[in-house]
Amino acid sequence: MTDEVPPVRARGLVKRYKEVLAVDHIDLNVRAGDVYGFLGPNGAGKTTTLRMALGLIMPSEGTVELFGRDPMRAGARALEGVAGFVEAPRFYPYLSARKNLELLAALDGDGAKKRIPEVLDIVELSPRAGHRVGGYSHGMRQRLGIAAALLRRPRLLILDEPATGLDPAGMRDMRELIRRLADEGITVLLSSHQLPEVQELCDRVAIVDRGRVVYEGALADLRRQGGAGYRLRSTDDAGALEVLRAQPGVEHASRDEHGLSFQAQESDVGALSFALARAEIGILALTPELATLEDLFFRLTENGAQPETPIGAGAGT
Amino acid sequence: MNSTAASPPLAPPVTGTPAVTRARRPSTFTAYRWELRKLVSQKRTYMGLGLAVILPLIFVIVQNVHQHHDRGGGDSIFAAQITQSGLATPVLMLLFESVFFLPLIASLVAGDIVAAEDGNGTLKTILTRSVDRGQVFASKTLAALTYGAIAVFLSAIVATVGGVASWGFEKITTFSGSVVSAPEGLLLVFAANACYLIPLLAVVCIGVLLSTATRNSTASVVGAVGFVILLFILAGIPGLEGIKPYLLTEQFENWHGLLRTPTDWAPIWHSAWVCALYAVPALFAAYLVFLRRDVAGG
Repeated sequence: MTDEVPPVRARGLVKRYKEVLAVDHIDLNVRAGDVYGFLGPNGAGKTTTLRMALGLIMPSEGTVELFGRDPMRAGARALEGVAGFVEAPRFYPYLSARKNLELLAALDGDGAKKRIPEVLDIVELSPRAGHRVGGYSHGMRQRLGIAAALLRRPRLLILDEPATGLDPAGMRDMRELIRRLADEGITVLLSSHQLPEVQELCDRVAIVDRGRVVYEGALADLRRQGGAGYRLRSTDDAGALEVLRAQPGVEHASRDEHGLSFQAQESDVGALSFALARAEIGILALTPELATLEDLFFRLTENGAQPETPIGAGAGT
Repeated sequence: MNSTAASPPLAPPVTGTPAVTRARRPSTFTAYRWELRKLVSQKRTYMGLGLAVILPLIFVIVQNVHQHHDRGGGDSIFAAQITQSGLATPVLMLLFESVFFLPLIASLVAGDIVAAEDGNGTLKTILTRSVDRGQVFASKTLAALTYGAIAVFLSAIVATVGGVASWGFEKITTFSGSVVSAPEGLLLVFAANACYLIPLLAVVCIGVLLSTATRNSTASVVGAVGFVILLFILAGIPGLEGIKPYLLTEQFENWHGLLRTPTDWAPIWHSAWVCALYAVPALFAAYLVFLRRDVAGG
């Protein structure tokens, strides 16, 4: 942890709607340069949390700070250097894309208007910029949402399901754009249902379930702690399976058409290789297989149970 | 977006978390200007203003066809002068329109100006820019007030032009029977419309409150107009004469004092503070609701 003011820091964030507890004491730590995935099933409280971060709704308890400023206290000043959208980006359908951006640039000040051609180019909407947004496809509106965010030259970009409703090519393009923005140094807080997208883009994640953070930290740590699996191809898979089953520390050994799979700690795998050699079984390939984010996500959010090794808040923060 | 490698770099490159720099923030006037531009871009705006234009035109055309100069304004002295002075037309139009028509037109925008943006989700778009909620609220309220004023003066201009084109720019007799010259009459016509703005703007403030609180355009427009109708009904109930001077609807006639000789300022001052009793709490309540509300629409 550095002394820098974190782009997003939430402490004990709670949002109640009468009897419903939508967000239940959420802590978040988004660090400068993170591409931070914010995951959770529908109704987990992701969008509500992002709305509180952007000052659109008031927390019932707790605080959220953007670069050290609380939107509830500092108002629009807290959003300096921050941009993004919650749920689908919304625009005035009776205005063209360019006019919408001119309006938003006027509300941004600080010379944002000059950047309109540039951001339209980035999202490749320049040829259609004069058309009314009412006639835009969903994907075009998503791209316009990104353009509107980039007008503010953000240091923190908050994106809520930016790929929702896009076709595969649109999703790929959106991923590329987010990666490019991250490469240019923008911190990205990305709420997404697209687990492969998060796995590909994000280095740190928070997983929320029923309003609570069930994991926050490095994605690699999560996957490592989720249990290491291995795949083995050998000169004698049947014999190797016998060795695996007899080897201490090796669990869940099984065989399929692609070879063998098992779970073990790294230290036990070394001993296994010696055991295979003693049985005169050659190793053709022995590769570690980390649990996918999808596996871990469902493990954390469906069973209500956390992995054996505590991977909760604090890891990597 | 599939050729991002060819896209221009974002300028300037942003790295790390530098200290937050104080950007030059937009003024409330900028937000207000854009509220007006949004109004200009919407059909609904022209529907209301179209009504404000059409009614005086219909009136002038019908009077030209029938030349019934002893009708139209009931007992009003100005009804008798329709064909004698074109300046009688805008006064008669204000008499007709001030009761229901202009409050309806003003409510069309006032009731819609916050609720529509909330429903469309564009409120969250503008609230995540560099303007404070108070600035957004002020700009929207000012835009609704501006619209109400434009509707009133547009109707007055059309009625004046139509009346003068039909019956000449002639001297006119006021409520008290004194005759004023045509230029002075013209001045009085527009001053009367300006005075009428006092109660109308109170209606706008009530419309803005309903728009902010209900988040429903239709309910807000109907609510504002319904409030005016309710006050009219209250004014007609026997036994409630005591509250009549304090009803907003009674202030719709405040401008009559201007068309008397000497000018009777009392109803104008009275309407100013009575209308303030309606407008200021409504606006303050709307402001508080707007500042503290959760914006989750759209």
